[in-house]
Order: sequence, then C-alpha cells, then structure tokens
Amino acid sequence: MSPRISIQSGRVIDPAKGIDDLLDVHIAEGRIAGLGQKPEGFDADQVIDAGGRIVCPGLVDLCARLREPGFEHKATIDSESRAAAAGGITTVCVPPDTYPIIDTPAVVRLIQAKAAMAGRVRIQVIGALTCGLKGQDLSEMSALRQAGCGAVSNAYAPVANTLVLRRALEYAASHDLLVVVRPEDPDLADHGCVHEGPVGTRLGLRGIPYAAETVAVAQVLALIEHTGARVHFAQLSSARAMRSIARAQEKGFPISADVAAHQLHLTDESVEGFDAQYHLRPPLRTRADRDALREGLRDGVIAAVCSDHQPHEPDAKLDAFPATEPGLSGLQTLLPLTLQLVETGALSLMQALAAVTQRPAAVMGLTAGTLQPGVPADICVFDPDAVWTISDESWLSAGRNTPFWSRTLKGRVTHTLQGGRPVFELDPR
Amino acid sequence: MSEPSLQLDEHGQLRHFLTAEGLERALLVSIMDTAESFASVTEQTVKKVPLLRGKTIVNLFFETSTRTRTTFELAAKRLSADVLNVNIATSATTKGESLLDTIRNIEAMHVDMFVVRHAQSGAAHFIARQVAPHISVINAGDGRHAHPTQAMLDVFTIRKHKPDFGQLTVAIVGDILHSRVARSEIHALRILGAREIRVVGPRTLIPADVEALGITVCHDLESGLRNADVIIMLRLQRERMSGAFIPSEHEYYASFGLTESRLTLAKPDALVMHPGPINRGVEIDSKVADGSRSVILQQVTHGIAIRMAVMSMTMRRRAEGVAA
Repeated sequence: MSPRISIQSGRVIDPAKGIDDLLDVHIAEGRIAGLGQKPEGFDADQVIDAGGRIVCPGLVDLCARLREPGFEHKATIDSESRAAAAGGITTVCVPPDTYPIIDTPAVVRLIQAKAAMAGRVRIQVIGALTCGLKGQDLSEMSALRQAGCGAVSNAYAPVANTLVLRRALEYAASHDLLVVVRPEDPDLADHGCVHEGPVGTRLGLRGIPYAAETVAVAQVLALIEHTGARVHFAQLSSARAMRSIARAQEKGFPISADVAAHQLHLTDESVEGFDAQYHLRPPLRTRADRDALREGLRDGVIAAVCSDHQPHEPDAKLDAFPATEPGLSGLQTLLPLTLQLVETGALSLMQALAAVTQRPAAVMGLTAGTLQPGVPADICVFDPDAVWTISDESWLSAGRNTPFWSRTLKGRVTHTLQGGRPVFELDPR
Repeated sequence: MSEPSLQLDEHGQLRHFLTAEGLERALLVSIMDTAESFASVTEQTVKKVPLLRGKTIVNLFFETSTRTRTTFELAAKRLSADVLNVNIATSATTKGESLLDTIRNIEAMHVDMFVVRHAQSGAAHFIARQVAPHISVINAGDGRHAHPTQAMLDVFTIRKHKPDFGQLTVAIVGDILHSRVARSEIHALRILGAREIRVVGPRTLIPADVEALGITVCHDLESGLRNADVIIMLRLQRERMSGAFIPSEHEYYASFGLTESRLTLAKPDALVMHPGPINRGVEIDSKVADGSRSVILQQVTHGIAIRMAVMSMTMRRRAEGVAA
C-alpha cells in the first residue's frame, strides 16, 4: 500500500484549477485525497514540510528520448527515470525512434514494462506513424493505440511523399490519434547543423534555413484542412513557423505546438567557437526567434515547453562540430529554464507552470498535470529560490551533454511523488 | 569569440593558426614581414635554415590536396624540420577510427606540430582543443570555414604589388558558399583595412547573410569587376552541377567566367588571382590565367614563405618558452 502523505505549508499552484494558495496537500491510496483541510479520518504516515516551497503537479514532458531500447550506451529507461524524477517530471512522452522502432505493440509493452520496473516516471509512448519510420507504409496504428499510444509520429524521419503523409494523417484521424510532427523538410534541411544565418555563414557550417520549418508546417497545414487530423507541432524553432501556426489556430485548426526549453534561452550566437554542446536539432536560431517564441508561449500559440531530452555518450560530442550528434540532455533543466522565463518577465509563474503541467497534459489528452482531488498524486515540490550548479553530484542523466554544464540555475526540485509514492527527495545535506 | 584565445598565448603570440578571424592587424603584418625574410632563403642555392631542426611536423590530410600539402612540406623542410605525411583519406578513419583516436595515436609519437586539412568545419579547432599543450595546430583548410595560410599568402602577394590596402577594392568571384578560402580572405582583407570587398556570384553560391562580414554582394560579374584593384577567382567544383547550384559549366562561364574583355572593366593594373587548381574555360579564360595581370604562380611561390613564417612563429613561442 502506498503511504498516506501530507505535504504541508507549501504554496500550492495548480494551473488547471487556477489555484495559487498556501495549502496542505493530502495523499492517500496513490491519489490526491484533498487540498487544504485534512479529509475526515485521514492520518498521515508521512509529512513533507514544504514551507517556503512551491507544490505543483508533476511535470509532463512532451519529448524525451530515454534511448532504450537500442541505445543503452547513451542512456537507459532506469537512468533517465532517475533524472526525470530529479527534475520534477512525472510523465514523459517518448518518440518512436528507438531501436527497434516503436511500430508494434511489443515494443510499446517492452518500454512500459521497463518503465514500471524503474518505477519513477510514467511513460507515454508515441508510436511510429509509418513502419520502421521509413515513411512508406502505415504502421498498425489501431494496434498501437490499443497498446497505449495516444499519439503517433515519424519523429525526424522523412515521409516519402505528400500522398503518404495525407494517408497517414487520414488514417491516424480515423483512430482518433494525435499526430506529432517535428516540422523539418529533409531536402531543405540538407544535412545542415546550424541556423542558416550570419553566424553559420561565417563559421562555414551548413545551415538549416527557416524554410525547412515553414515549408513543412505549411504542407501539413494544407493537409489538415483536407483530412481534419489533429496535429501537434513539436519543438518549433522559428518565429515564422509559429506565426503560420497562430494564423491556422485563429481559423480553428485542431493544432497545438511546443517548444524546447533551451530554445527559449539560447541563440545561434552560442555556436561561435564550435562547441558541440550547442549542436542541437532543430538548430538554435536568432534572438528575434527566441523572443517571438517566448511571446508565442505567453499568448498560448505554443502550448507547452518540453525538454527535448537527447542524452548522449561523451564520444558523440567529441569530433568536429558537424560530425557530432545533435541534442542535449534536458530533463533536469526543464523546470529551472522554464522558471527563468518568470524572472525575465516573459511569463507569470502560473503561466510558466501551466506550460509544463496542465497544458502538455491537455495536448496528449492525459489526466495528469493537475492536483485535483481523485487524480493520481503526481506532484513536484520545488524551492523557487534555491540556486544549484550542474555537476557530477547534481546530475543524474547518463547523458552529460548539456551546454549548461557547470552553470548555476535557479529553482530546484526537492521532492517528486509519482502515484503517491516519493520517487525523488533532494538530499538535505 | 573563443578563436583568438584558442590560437593565441598569453602574450598575444600565435600558439596555433586556425583562422584569420579576430587577429590583430599587427600580427598579420608580422606574418607577412616574417615571410618576406624567408623569401630570400628559398631563392638561395642552399634553401634551408635551421630554425626547426629536431622538430617533427605531421601533415595530417583528411582530404586530398597537392599544392597545399607540398608547400607545407617544402616549408617544413626548409626550416629543417622532419616531416611526416599522413594521408588519412586512404588510411585509418576508413577503418572506423575516430578523429580523436587518430590524433591521440600520432600525438603519442612525440610530434611537435599538426598541419591539418579536414572536410568538416571546425575540425582544426577541435584538434587544437584536444592536443597536448606543446603541440601547435595549423589549419590547412577545414570544411567551408577557414584556410588561413592561403589567405595570408594571398594578401602577401597583393602587398607585393599594391602595398596600401586602404586603397583597394577586391572582388572575390565564384562559389563563395563552399569556399573556406573566400571566408579567410575576407577576414584577412578586412583586418588589413581593404576599402571594399565584394563577393560576386549567383545567389545559389552566395551564403546567407554574408553581408554581415562587412562586404558587398554582386550577382553580376560586370558590376562586381568595375574598378576593382584585385580580382580573386575561385575554383568551381564539378559537383556543383549535380547539387542544382548551377545548370552547366557553359552557362557559368558565360555569366561568371573571367575573360579578357571583362577584365577591362577592372582597373588597368588590376591583379588576377586564383587559389588553384584552376579550371580553364570554366571560371577563367586561359588568356587571363596566363596573362600579364595574373599573379597565380606567384601565389604558389609565396605559399612556401608564408607557411615557413607561420610554422616558425607558432614554434618560436615554444622555443622561447623553454629558454625562459
């Protein structure tokens, strides 16, 4: 039996219910038993003192690669579950580009079983849109749905042509599956590794133009008009693509979007000096893009902030910049980077927390992301003022590939509960 | 920007030579002056000085090259260094060895300098960050990024004929997009104070936002050449046709080939340069390449003196460091 827990004296923020108040949170049988007054007959087995801290729903991360199965030399579900819990994340959505690829129920169940063994984080598996992500034949989406996939995606793999894309969208829509699209036209991206702009030009690095993203978005938008599919655009990088999405939303298109947390802070200027930790995909773009993405998040065009977690082994980043593998390890920086947007005045605290809890949960159609009584008790307790440094001691992901290494961040998770069980507690030292 | 700090020591002396970007004008002048002093060595019957005796220099070429590798080799030999040529294009990495392992292995042979050419931009920077502190790295061309010794031999050649850079209008013509030579030349010419630098080519071969380098862009050769003091023609790679950059060599030559009649648009004493190897009848007419304004072969000769200068300057720092 899971213990009865009271989280006392914290500032409870639940964006789903618009709550921001000093309240106790009571947990029984793995669920939220009540906020504020102790429910009748409730006796806590354990009390967590959250004085001076914020208590919010456990974070929902729309995109994190845990690297298992297939890339266990980079990371495992177990290692990354620990990192997620330390980052206050209780639900992660994993893209289908594992090996084997998630195009059969067997792989879905394997991941679910591994996640259950690790026991720290809920994994929401995103199935493959096409068999083997080859972009040719449709995957068995109905079977994937029955196995627990609420969404399908082709991740970074190209779809062979617009006809396959049309059919895939139609077929997904018939099974009421959300289609997650990482918009990047593969031909226009042309093996680029940075934003096509002055910095990339000066460094002689192959650029990925804005058009790689805008063309992909426009193509999908035109097909949505035709098919009525529900689409989520993942990890936007450009102001232009975001504006196309905003216009389509105004017309009532069933679409949503997210952005990676680092994309709201870093720009292409960071690539200066060829530091491979800044080799990211989508690439870091300009200050103007970064600022526009922040606005889009505030205005609701962009629903959510995700980690776009891509852990790597050290060797993956030890080569000439274009030859290194793109991506950063981001589970533990998702919350502090999102909170930093409150410091800069881009978002209110309520908006910032909504972008990592209720809103991503809504995108995926999950019941998570709220502290409403009766729902599973997925909870994050953090100290908004605690500063900490990314180091061997504080970092739990197997991937140490972060441009924020040795940097000091503000906002630190002290407790994470998943299904009413404590899955992370910061060593009080 | 980390380039200056990576390639310079605490006294502002060259420790590696990775890019012209960010270097002081005085340092570029000093490289040219040093090269000038070596130019006489190469004209003597005994073409050697003992500056780098006992030092081992490795030419590490991950891309094939004839001119650059041989001039580096000659430069090293004239400085009395031992030279090892490692042609990786046909060696270890094709067996799956990583770049870092290759570097570590050759480093273990107690070498003093790497001269590196690599197809990836940033490779020389990566290697410079990884090698032991006593080893110098000279960038002999990394991807599209930089080829600083080529740029130095170009400005050295220009200085021989037209010493006042502040008066010069320089046109760089051709495939700027893929050209590390163009990027390094732009940096070097800007640092030396060239009045105007133009890049000339079709939009498909001009990189995005290249104006940010402080230059002007022309899409027609005629306006690009007008009143130019120096014309640098770039090589057009054959593979640009298949990549849909240009339709054909024929059309390219018709639009951007340097002919005698087009040359008349430039200043009467304009210099014609080319980093080689040249494609006669593709980017340049033979009559111009072999004509009186052409300094293309001088560029090759100067390449040796410039490379001697850069090698001795990066190693001198260490010799002095030991003495002190």
